[in-house]
Amino acid sequence: MSTPANDPRAAAQHEAEIHLTAGQLPGYIGPAVFVVALVVSATVLGLLGAFGWIATVLLAVIGFLVAMFALSTAVEGRRRAVDRIARYLILGTFLLALAPLLSLLFKVASEGIIRFDVTYFTSTKRNVIGAGGGAAHAIIGTLITTGMATVFSVPVGLLTAIYLVEYGKGWMKRVITFLVDVMTGIPSIVAGLFAYSLISLMVGHGSKSGLAGALALSVLMIPYVVRNSEEIIRLVPDKLREASYGLGVSKWRTIVKVVLPTSVSGIVSGVVLAIARIIGETAPLLITMGFTASMTTNPLPTGGSNMVNPMTSLPVFVFYEYTRPGRPQEAFLDRAWTGALVLVLIVMVLNLIGRWVARKYAPKINR
Amino acid sequence: MAKRMELKNLNIFYGDFKAVENVSMVIEPRSVTAFIGPSGCGKSTVLRSLDRMLELTSGARVEGQVLLDEQDIYAPRVDPVRVRQQIGMVFQQPNPFPTMSIRDNVLAGIQLNSRRMPKARKDEIVERSLKGANLWNEVKDRLNAPGNGLSGGQQQRLCIARAIAIQPEVLLMDEPCSALDPVSTLAVEDLIHELKENYTVVIVTHNMQQASRVSDKTGFFNIKGTGTPGRLIEFDATEKIFTNPSEQDTERYITGQFG
Amino acid sequence: MSDDIRSIETVDESLMADHGNVGDAAFRGISTGSGGIIMVILAAVAVFLIAQAAPAITTGDPRYGNLWGYVAPYLFGTIWISFLALLIAVPVSVGIALYISHYAPKKLATPVAFVVDLLAAVPSIVFGLWGITTLAPMLVPAHQWLTEYLGFIPLFSGTASGTGRTMLTASLVLAIMVLPIITSLTREVFLRTPKLQEEASLALGATKWEMIRQVVLPFGRSGIVAASMLGLGRALGETMAVAMVLSGGRMISPRLLTSENPNTIAANIALGFAEADSGGVHRLIATGLVLFAITIVVNMAGRLITGGPRKESR
Repeated sequence: MSTPANDPRAAAQHEAEIHLTAGQLPGYIGPAVFVVALVVSATVLGLLGAFGWIATVLLAVIGFLVAMFALSTAVEGRRRAVDRIARYLILGTFLLALAPLLSLLFKVASEGIIRFDVTYFTSTKRNVIGAGGGAAHAIIGTLITTGMATVFSVPVGLLTAIYLVEYGKGWMKRVITFLVDVMTGIPSIVAGLFAYSLISLMVGHGSKSGLAGALALSVLMIPYVVRNSEEIIRLVPDKLREASYGLGVSKWRTIVKVVLPTSVSGIVSGVVLAIARIIGETAPLLITMGFTASMTTNPLPTGGSNMVNPMTSLPVFVFYEYTRPGRPQEAFLDRAWTGALVLVLIVMVLNLIGRWVARKYAPKINR
Repeated sequence: MAKRMELKNLNIFYGDFKAVENVSMVIEPRSVTAFIGPSGCGKSTVLRSLDRMLELTSGARVEGQVLLDEQDIYAPRVDPVRVRQQIGMVFQQPNPFPTMSIRDNVLAGIQLNSRRMPKARKDEIVERSLKGANLWNEVKDRLNAPGNGLSGGQQQRLCIARAIAIQPEVLLMDEPCSALDPVSTLAVEDLIHELKENYTVVIVTHNMQQASRVSDKTGFFNIKGTGTPGRLIEFDATEKIFTNPSEQDTERYITGQFG
Repeated sequence: MSDDIRSIETVDESLMADHGNVGDAAFRGISTGSGGIIMVILAAVAVFLIAQAAPAITTGDPRYGNLWGYVAPYLFGTIWISFLALLIAVPVSVGIALYISHYAPKKLATPVAFVVDLLAAVPSIVFGLWGITTLAPMLVPAHQWLTEYLGFIPLFSGTASGTGRTMLTASLVLAIMVLPIITSLTREVFLRTPKLQEEASLALGATKWEMIRQVVLPFGRSGIVAASMLGLGRALGETMAVAMVLSGGRMISPRLLTSENPNTIAANIALGFAEADSGGVHRLIATGLVLFAITIVVNMAGRLITGGPRKESR
């Protein structure tokens, strides 16, 4: 072994060796520094007369990071300090995303609960000038349009997925795959404009109806159904198909009797999630369905005059109640918030159902 | 460099499962120590515990002591990052960083500690490390080519160059040749011979001929049955292990009766 | 005896050449036709939009000149707000994705991912309501502070909005909305980082963060870019949240904190459609066509970067 004295590298190594058991900040120091930073920040801002929650937390976070970096550099070294700050920042991003979600859910729940009553679900806004009334017509409108969109989209989407997995090849498969991608990216407002243009040209200018809304929603829903179903059907192992062919079963019967039953839970889950995605759509319905205070159950553009048969959906109802309130304003805002609460609940429940179906009824495929 | 390692009553757990029981041994500096034994006997687990890579597996836990010269690397307040700077590791699959050039791969460890090193010094390290890994002549004209464009054997030697660039005290090798063809294997084995002049080398291998070719001392690990912990059955000079083992299990293993 | 006969009959039936084939051909026809419907729908979207937009494209309007003159401010607003939203959302998304993939304890990772997915599930109208009633008022002091102390920076210049319904607030809401998309895509990419590469880095004595910089981020770079493009596509087309939160008009101004902001194409359509006269409707549809074209380009770019089609959200 070369002597450390005349080998600078060995000397450096020797130094590193001492540092193998380098300093380490105790675990409680992080929370402790954060509390101190909060107190200092609140005090400073208070003395300046500029106290505010956001400002306090923001200042505290900055102070915390600076203090921890300095402390950690001194005790643990620069590299450990950087690692520590990176860890805090990454945890911070998650909390940063959590904050608006919690704030939003709290706001929607606390404001929405005020009118979350039986009347809200049983009566319309027909002849309601101030308080009272409900959104029954809007809820029914949403159910009708979403239901129609689902009826249009599921067969087309599912069969397209079957085509892409089981039959498609060559240019047509590539083109359709590409177009499904394009469709996924269509902004919802553009889908609304399309449905409006289509109905306008076919029925008459300015026509508004539930059908037009359902068409717009279908344009948005079809690509989701295709994608979800395609992904699931692709998971069905080829050996199942081959086993079926081996028994002399024709291809279409194999698809219907083997492939689809195997993937049915995934397909159902995908459809439920797709519904959850479109049921809160507002923009396209704002353009295509018009707005009414009364119950409309006929989605066709024929009932009313001039081919206008407006139908209200819940999101549009929320939008107008909030943006065009009458007197007393509170009554309108409360109705808007309850609508928002109902929407959020519907979407959450659909999401949970979707996930639950996928997990509960998933066939055990050996991948 | 080149330090002695000593394992004292090492027990290793994965959750509640005891994977390795009561291993004690001394690994001499500037020598090659081989760990052999059937699959699942815990030899790789022991190896990974020597530079604290094991704790990256969730639930893995180590009891006992691992001394690097006099320091216990499992003592409280020891920073695993610093341990790994002194104890390098080469893996079963060659794993150069695909996004880096050959040169940057070699410097990957250096750059963590001393960012602002003069270029000449870096060039020197690259050349020394690649020469140390017997790769210099093959790649000196394309140091800026991507590291994963090399052949498997070259990639593995690049990984060795990367590991020795930071001048570790100990070099751990986890079946370094199992993914290589025979020619590359020979090249790496030759390299291991040379490496022991400067480093303490510990190698895990499935290949008994390899152990007998490259190592000075050999440890034989075994398990009694599935679900039981692995133990160090015998640890002795390689020659002794392969010619006249003291334990019957060792003899049965090296004569190919099981494993 | 009778069993035998029946089985012979079945065999015969299935051997009859056209029997299975008729079903097969029909089924193949139906599913291929469904694929065809997709083509028809998209062609229809383009054709009908162009047909309805045509009057506005061909004839100008004395107030705005040609279509370009009309749409330019909205186009600016759309791109500017989306850019700002991405500027905020991308680093945060990458952070969350890293948290889920590399930092969170195993038991926590799934619930955390679920929480982020919940954000994606909230309808945009609800984001709009929350933005205008909660976030905007909350940010008013920040607006005043920024204009007062950092007003020398052009972006922060001007009189602070008293309502908080500004570019800053709206782009924050938009950022929150695109966050889940970018997060879920980058998370997938980070999770695919080869374990061997990570171990190689750690074995060299890298800290966790150094390992992430050395291995995970380079590996995920194209994934991050692609995810950002898809997030951008979403941001460009987002309508209701912007329509409600942003107090926008027809102008070009990069200022973030004033009450005079450029509106976006989508929000302008949503807000103006009900009251528009026939010429106005054509004009709005024409702007929708412009928006459609941009989002297609952005989405395609995102998909090209990922190296193929497929792979989105969830």
